[in-house]
Amino acid sequence: MTALLATEGLTMRFGGVVAVDNVSLIVEERELRCLIGPNGAGKSTFFRCLTGQYRPSAGRILWRGKDTTGLEPHAIARLGIGIKTQVPSLFDGLSAIEGVTLAVRRKHGEREARRRGMVALERLGIGALAGAQVGLLAHGQRQLVELATVVAPEPDLIILDEPTAGMSAEETAGTAALIREMSRDHAVVVVEHDMQFIRAIAGGITVFHQGRVLVEDCAAKVLSDPRVHDVYLGRPPAPQVVVPA
Amino acid sequence: MEAPGTENRRALLQAVLALLAAGFAAWWLPQVLELFAVINATVYIAMALLALSLALVWGFGGILCFGQAAFFGLGGYAYAVAALNLPDTTYAVPVALGVPMLAAAALGYVMFYGKVSDVYMGVITLTVTLILFNFINSTAGDEWRIGAAPLGGFNGIPATPPLNVPGDPGTVLAPEQVFAVAIGCLAGCYAICKLILRSHFGRVVVAIRENELRAALLGYDVRLYKLAIFAVGGLMAGLAGMLFANCVFVSPTMFSLAYSGQVIIWVMVGGVGTLLGPIVGAMLLQALTAWAGTLPGVNPSLILGLVLVVAVLAIPRGLQPTLTTLLRKRAP
Repeated sequence: MTALLATEGLTMRFGGVVAVDNVSLIVEERELRCLIGPNGAGKSTFFRCLTGQYRPSAGRILWRGKDTTGLEPHAIARLGIGIKTQVPSLFDGLSAIEGVTLAVRRKHGEREARRRGMVALERLGIGALAGAQVGLLAHGQRQLVELATVVAPEPDLIILDEPTAGMSAEETAGTAALIREMSRDHAVVVVEHDMQFIRAIAGGITVFHQGRVLVEDCAAKVLSDPRVHDVYLGRPPAPQVVVPA
Repeated sequence: MEAPGTENRRALLQAVLALLAAGFAAWWLPQVLELFAVINATVYIAMALLALSLALVWGFGGILCFGQAAFFGLGGYAYAVAALNLPDTTYAVPVALGVPMLAAAALGYVMFYGKVSDVYMGVITLTVTLILFNFINSTAGDEWRIGAAPLGGFNGIPATPPLNVPGDPGTVLAPEQVFAVAIGCLAGCYAICKLILRSHFGRVVVAIRENELRAALLGYDVRLYKLAIFAVGGLMAGLAGMLFANCVFVSPTMFSLAYSGQVIIWVMVGGVGTLLGPIVGAMLLQALTAWAGTLPGVNPSLILGLVLVVAVLAIPRGLQPTLTTLLRKRAP
């Protein structure tokens, strides 16, 4: 069976700097996968390649076996990929329900889109914020509105870039539970560096280091791997390569 | 929060009200105004329509176009050239709308598909209008003619024929009738803008103004939506140019920096993100500059600049949003 999403030798160079170096990664249907690594490991660059914000220097991205390398972000979204960026990317001037409705409106009529939008907001426990202007909400609430926007169109794959950034401990725990729940119906890829959060999600883990895949395994094994500890605790690995964040 | 049905009904009501008000003005004003004032009022309406076109593109599409006058001028020139070449000036109308719309689409294609950033978009649009200004200015020689129409260089085309009754080239519209046509065009375009903004297309355009990346990540082709709204704006500016050509005549000043700059000021003072504000702003500020022009020893441009500075400091959101807020506070 072909994988839902696969990268083959994906490479992204900025001038002489190799931010993502020959990464081959496979995500199956309904899989829950975390991409972790210290700052500058190439996670975010890899994320931007997947979402079409960067065009990779080399390698291919396959969606259900079909080459989608270099597609525009909107074309990638249309494949059935929901994307949450690190800094919440929202329609600040619109109300929460208007934004979420737009997420679903491409496939459904106005009335049905609004209904589905409301369902998504309630699923995240923020139904009461439907009429609130998004730009005026607190950071944690904005994160939730964005999650609702991403989940509402029922994508096959959800990619989340640091979904808990700026959240309180309580909100983080709630988000972890939510991601586990989402992974029952959707494949989910989470880019994170918060180890507590990774433990709470407990999915498959791919560790990035200096643009390459260092380890790939289940949570228990990866978290006890000494190499991962080295990378995170900053024991100087040789050879040194400077990679931008 | 209101259901979308109520909002749509309200938009429809506003559109109908605008048309009714326009009908009344078109019937009543020519009766009380002198001929010169009627022609002047038509110019004001053409300018208000130009402001409306930028209000749509900038206020809702988020595209700051420094060269809206380019489409205004193209509309005027396309009308004049086509009217001189065709037996019936009615046929020149689609040309006057099509040429600026296609020009806007072509320019938009380069800017939006080329992913030009906002600042450069301003530079490019400004440059395009100045290139047209200089080009048209240099077409004085006899070799510069399109069919029967000499481009006339800095003199423009003084012989711009006015609109005639459709199908009857012998009967030219009187200034009062041109005024009625102009006011109908303005009200019609206002209604169309309202309806566009209530439609799904309009909502996506506004969403793109709010956050381009998010709109793209939801699967909307940002470039295509921006291109479409920019082309609609070009078409409306072209219509304004055609009306202007009908009450004055076309000349290179239509492409000038003065027009491009003024229309931005009208929209700013009226309120970016509103439609009625820029229409009213355009009319008020034109009346003001016209009046300032009659004062001895006063430079009207200086007055306009002063108004802009005061407006930006005193009512930064513009006339319409400020008035709406005030009225809401007064109401129980």
